[in-house]
Amino acid sequence: MNGIPMEHGLLLSIVLFVLGLVGVLVRRNLIMILMSLEVMLNATGLAFIVAGSRWGEADGQIMFLLILTLAAAEVGVGLGLVLQIFRRFHTLDADSLTEMKG
Amino acid sequence: MALTLFYLTSAVAVFATVMMITRLNAVHGLLYLILSLLAVGVLFFLLGAHFAAVLEVIIYAGAIMVLFVFVIMMLNQGQKTIEQERIWLQPGIWVGPSLLAAILFVEMLIIVSYGESAEIGQVVNAKQVGIALYGPYLLAVELASMLLLAGLVGAYHLGRPLKATKTGRRS
Repeated sequence: MNGIPMEHGLLLSIVLFVLGLVGVLVRRNLIMILMSLEVMLNATGLAFIVAGSRWGEADGQIMFLLILTLAAAEVGVGLGLVLQIFRRFHTLDADSLTEMKG
Repeated sequence: MALTLFYLTSAVAVFATVMMITRLNAVHGLLYLILSLLAVGVLFFLLGAHFAAVLEVIIYAGAIMVLFVFVIMMLNQGQKTIEQERIWLQPGIWVGPSLLAAILFVEMLIIVSYGESAEIGQVVNAKQVGIALYGPYLLAVELASMLLLAGLVGAYHLGRPLKATKTGRRS
């Protein structure tokens, strides 16, 4: 089978993950931070799929499913938090949230 | 053939992600993020993970992105919304995402016309995934359902109006 080298798939996964990480660190808009988090989770899922495809096992896709449920729960709670923050502070700037009290 | 498709799709995914990070407007970034997710879905198909590819398109590019669109539209209420929409709908903005989507569409046509042997990895079909999911991974499925329930409760709690949270707060 003329498969791709596994390193290339993993390299793409690493590149996407680093791009997502750069997005989380650089952007200050909360929605853009959440979107970059999605990119990072997606990159980890891609790594699992590449490994599962390399060895022909179903475990990779199952781990991707679990990551998918994690991403769904995370984005639900995260967007709820974004809505609360926007209601209280009337901004989406992450740097302006330095006065959080319990 | 399939290798060319793989590298082309990888380039589309990386380019769309870079464009997503560098957009100033959240809606424009969302467009490129959807394209990045679709490109990764094509990659999953090329790697032989058909079930994961379908889930990627339906859940990531479908459901989760709809959530983002809802929130962005909720946060943009006001007088200037119409003006914003007019600015957002300028034709120049749509050229980049449309071009990338056209590339992915052509790739899909090529894959469909190419037939069965378009995959470059070992094919793991949905039956194998389902058998493994409800066999040795049953506990993980239960834990995932608990996680989704916790996410639902958390999102409901956080989504309440501000007045209700103030009266409900103790100190």
